[in-house]
Amino acid sequence: MSDMAAWLLVWPVAIPLIGSALAIALWGRPNAQSAIGLIAITLQLVASLALLGHVWTNGPIAMSMGGWPAPFGIALAADTLGAGLTVAASAVALAILVYGLADTNIEQRRAGIIPLLLALMMGVAGAFLTADIFNLYVWFEVTLISSFGLMVLGGRREQLDGAVKYAFLNLLATTLLLIAIALLYGMTGTLSMADLSGKVANLPDDAPVETIALLFLVSLGMKSALFPLHFWLPAAYHTPLPTVSAIFAALLTKVGVYSLLRVFMIVFPDGGEIAREAMVWIAVATMIVGALGALAEADIRRVISYTVMSGVGVMVGGLAIGTELALIGTTFYIIHSIIVSAALFMAAGMVARAGGGTRIGDLAGLYKGAPFIAVAFLISGLSLAGVPPLAGFWPKVYLVQAGLQAGEYAIVAGVLASGFLTLILVGRIFALVFWREATDGARVTAADTASTSSANDSTLLKSALGALAALTFVIGVYSVPVVDMSSRAAAELLAPEAYIEAVFQSPAQTAAADTDSAEAPR
Amino acid sequence: MNSLILRTATPLLSGLMLLFSIYVLLRGHNEPGGGFIGGLIGASAFAVYAIAEGLAAARRALVVPPITIAGTGLLLAALSGVISILFGDPFLTGQWWFPSFAPDMKLASTVVLFDVGVYLVVVGAIAGIAFALQGRE
Repeated sequence: MSDMAAWLLVWPVAIPLIGSALAIALWGRPNAQSAIGLIAITLQLVASLALLGHVWTNGPIAMSMGGWPAPFGIALAADTLGAGLTVAASAVALAILVYGLADTNIEQRRAGIIPLLLALMMGVAGAFLTADIFNLYVWFEVTLISSFGLMVLGGRREQLDGAVKYAFLNLLATTLLLIAIALLYGMTGTLSMADLSGKVANLPDDAPVETIALLFLVSLGMKSALFPLHFWLPAAYHTPLPTVSAIFAALLTKVGVYSLLRVFMIVFPDGGEIAREAMVWIAVATMIVGALGALAEADIRRVISYTVMSGVGVMVGGLAIGTELALIGTTFYIIHSIIVSAALFMAAGMVARAGGGTRIGDLAGLYKGAPFIAVAFLISGLSLAGVPPLAGFWPKVYLVQAGLQAGEYAIVAGVLASGFLTLILVGRIFALVFWREATDGARVTAADTASTSSANDSTLLKSALGALAALTFVIGVYSVPVVDMSSRAAAELLAPEAYIEAVFQSPAQTAAADTDSAEAPR
Repeated sequence: MNSLILRTATPLLSGLMLLFSIYVLLRGHNEPGGGFIGGLIGASAFAVYAIAEGLAAARRALVVPPITIAGTGLLLAALSGVISILFGDPFLTGQWWFPSFAPDMKLASTVVLFDVGVYLVVVGAIAGIAFALQGRE
């Protein structure tokens, strides 16, 4: 592996770091910050595309920071899953940023949304690309700290209420995660996931592998909003600015699910039987409770929050089945969910602009004034429910087929039932908010988003939402690239040898080349 | 705070503290010390100054807003890792420069640059928090 390839791994993390630092240095100058944000996220997208391209042709790559050899140094590594999710995350972040620039006013931007957003993107990319389990914890903290800041932007009472619940539960989860990592380190003496992969398998029989696996399931499950530790998500996601809700829904829970995939496929390829058994039922419960919770809600943003949770159940269901087909479904579903969750929260934000609120009962007849939002919402919602030919259909096909083959009928039933319930939810919102004839009781605004914002802003909002809605349609109709990528990712998860080899190989070369400079006098 | 003793001692004290913070920063290169602890001492200097002379005077003494200092520090730290690309080494690999006129100087390196970045982040962040805790002007 060439040195330039090692840099490919660094840029998706380093670019938002540099952007964030610049934006912090230019505190109080929102326009300069906005420009930096756009440039940084665009560059991050380009860098992660380059990384994915490299991984696609050459297989998993790794680099160790500062040239310290594995398992001592901290390595970054990318396989198809990590690189692919980084691409999806930065692409959606770009759309959300464009949306955010139009949706937030100058005061909100002055409060620091851009530096925080860039820090969040650094944390997300870092989590997707790290090869070190302690480093994963650090990236979780980075995303956590920046998401606290984002969540309270605006400073309304209910935002602080949501943020406190979110902060408390997530800090609890990170503490548990840290304990799990510490136990693992105490037993194996290593933190590199590639190194752990072999060492955990060779632990003596009385080692508490089951306990550690369960601790990982609980802590990462809390972060991914798995039942019964999900309640922070619907309590928090509807309170922040629409832009912030969109990026949270798109990325935060996915980082948790991604980490579950890594931990249970690489660190505990075997073992953790109790955790795996529990995961089946937790996944099913998450799907159903999420969908039922959404049915009970009367606020669009709360409904979407619950569907995000239901989607997490579907993803983890694939991990619980654990066959190649199921992992293809999970990977595809993560990518689909990143796009659609963002699109739905964006649409909800635009509904709030057009209709003056997000309570379903108060809104009516928005289709007349805002047909664009209506269509984009319908496409995203149907995709979420899994209606063909939209992107949400394919991962569910894979998951159902995998579940039938593996005899995990509970998961099959959960996926189908939650899909059906989601369809009802989307239909209900569409019928009441957009389709219903406006009566005297319901609030009507016939004007499109232009009524509360300049035409320019309205175009930006529409183009961001339209891009994501179009993306979920295009991926649905022409799903081959994503299926190919998910297949490769699933195969690599089931046979992580190439990934492990990459982590151990990368520093050997650089270490040899570096002996001169590493010997520099102290 | 209206205390004659504090107000008399502070200019001397905070000047000494700043000097000592830089000493600790550079000492950290090879011995206990470093950017973080140095930054804490530096930030305390400004905090003491703010207690004795008032927030406005402390902000004037700092010249630029604390958050700008923190951002610049973060930028320096990030760039110190990127410099190694010029030498074909991985991210964050230390790069050293031994000028011919001072071959024993061990401070011209990206490692020190990183530590200076950390120092500025800590000074900026902690001074900013300390100022905020002392109330609004």
